[in-house]
Amino acid sequence: MERIGLSTGWRIVCGAWMAGVIAAAFIGVGPAAGFREPEAARILFFHVPVAWLAVLGFLGATFHAVRYLRRRNPAADIRAVASAEMGFLFCVLATLSGALFARVQWGAAWNWDPRQTSIVALLLVYAAYFTLRSAVAEPERRAALSAVYAIVATLPMLFLVFILPRVVESLHPADTVRSGGMSPDYRVVFFAALGAFTLLYLWIYRLRVAVGELERVACRHSMK
Amino acid sequence: MRSPDGGPEVPAEVFLAVRDLAKSFGRLGLFRGVSFELSPGEALVVTGRNGSGKSTLVRILCGLLRPTRGSIEYRVGERLVPGRDVKRLVGLVSPDLVLYEELTLLENLRFFARVRGLRRSDMELQTLLTQVGLESEGARRAGTLSTGMRQRLRFAHALLHEPPVLLLDEPTANLDDAGVAMARACMARQRSRGILVVATNNREELELGDQILRLGG
Amino acid sequence: MAEAGAVFLKDLQQELRNRYALNAMALFAITTLVVVGFAVGSQALPASVVAALLWVVLLFTAVASLSRVFLREEETGTALALRLAVEPEHVYLGKLLFNVVLLGAMALVVAPLFLAVMQARVGNPGLLALVLLLGCIGLAAASTIVAAIIARAAARGALFGGLAFPLLLPVLIAATGGTTRALEGAPLGAAWAELRLLLSFGVVMITASLLLFEHVWNE
Repeated sequence: MERIGLSTGWRIVCGAWMAGVIAAAFIGVGPAAGFREPEAARILFFHVPVAWLAVLGFLGATFHAVRYLRRRNPAADIRAVASAEMGFLFCVLATLSGALFARVQWGAAWNWDPRQTSIVALLLVYAAYFTLRSAVAEPERRAALSAVYAIVATLPMLFLVFILPRVVESLHPADTVRSGGMSPDYRVVFFAALGAFTLLYLWIYRLRVAVGELERVACRHSMK
Repeated sequence: MRSPDGGPEVPAEVFLAVRDLAKSFGRLGLFRGVSFELSPGEALVVTGRNGSGKSTLVRILCGLLRPTRGSIEYRVGERLVPGRDVKRLVGLVSPDLVLYEELTLLENLRFFARVRGLRRSDMELQTLLTQVGLESEGARRAGTLSTGMRQRLRFAHALLHEPPVLLLDEPTANLDDAGVAMARACMARQRSRGILVVATNNREELELGDQILRLGG
Repeated sequence: MAEAGAVFLKDLQQELRNRYALNAMALFAITTLVVVGFAVGSQALPASVVAALLWVVLLFTAVASLSRVFLREEETGTALALRLAVEPEHVYLGKLLFNVVLLGAMALVVAPLFLAVMQARVGNPGLLALVLLLGCIGLAAASTIVAAIIARAAARGALFGGLAFPLLLPVLIAATGGTTRALEGAPLGAAWAELRLLLSFGVVMITASLLLFEHVWNE
């Protein structure tokens, strides 16, 4: 039987890797100094990768949107929606985990911190994207209009996610990963978590694309 | 056809070749296997029951709609006309064509001339209105016209840029006898200088075509 | 370019003759001013709050009226004639210019009125004018392409606000910041970041829209 999504080997890798990350996050490393609630700092192993992938999902949607507009290739549209759905899912997770962390670390679940605002703005862009798609009946027009919207939304999104938090004062620690503010064992687990979540993202993404392709084939058969 | 800067007449020998054209909307198939060729001086009549796709075919010939399968080629001499430029060659009269209600007839024509990059004096526009029998209505707002007058205005609008290809969808609908005569005159004039395509169920108009295409058969 | 100008003039002529958008905008703006005035009363508000409220009013005014430019063409059926006669870029530029002028004219009336109602002192009027200009261009630029998109979808009017708002957030943030500086009387240089952002947003949005418009406009 043909496997869609990931091959069996990779599935095992993904499962084991994720299990390892979870174990390491809770047992493997100790509490972090410099946080209000040192034990709660572990959430960053989940929150940061998930937020990253939320942005990646959007960039993926834009990439496939450009591809679609150039060749009007329906496969590109399927991948654009799949990326957007993945990004949306991870965006919700990022918002929730972020709010959770904010409650513990900064005292309130919502602080108008630029990064918090930007992830919610991204959520709104995703919601707008799906709302637009649901409002157009004809497949080709739906694909074209949502592709244009995704591309047009890229600049504001990039600004909100990358530029704004650097320009305005933020409660978020900036560039902790790069500037070396993380202890070595935390850094290891962090990058491992990034890898695990990316793998999970890819797995679900490929499943979604496969479903989309099957739908397209089914549609064509019913037309003949 | 005049050159864009309003200069002397430029002969426009436009040829149309349609091969194996098919159109479906999602799961709804409209027509398939449509093929024909037209040279200047030739007319095609498209006929068929309601819903057979006559108007859709006309839209495709305008370059506004993409066919599901098949090809449409407009050629000027040996050169293939790119999709973008098809609308410059084509004049359309269709019941769906609506002009700007708040603007007068002359303002409408002035606008469409300007956006097509044509230089047309008011006198030339007035002549056009006379040609379609609206000579005294130039200062009226388009929204105040009767249905018959609107149809005449559609002819004026379609002929504004002297298109080598004229596409008419139900051309004599809502026209009185004088209007029908005007329409027939326009069709005859078009046949003498370019291509004419008429989509209609009117039996009299069936005789006008060198070729007849029946849809939905 | 003359063709884009013709599109702009045509829309202007239409608007002056039936004034739907102007009326709607004027009514909306006046009502909002009164509501805000009542809500605030005679309190002295900090410049940042006044700035934020002003841009909220302008944002909602934009959302209430800038979609008309494309919706009307589709709803009355005139879009067909327009598609046949005009190149997409000229349609876009003409409509964009119309929206900029419409919103700008509204801002010219609303902003002074609003500031008077708020009894706010304007420290640097030149900077304020500049922020208003660039902000309106930014709002109009994003709104125009979104208007073009929803005109081709089913639910139309209802969609416009939801789709436009996320795109307009950067304009809102920068314009509010710049306006605050202007009200406080800061020199032009203090708002340099905001001005630069507004300008680049406008430029990028217009450029992207020009490139993408034909995919929205053509079938």
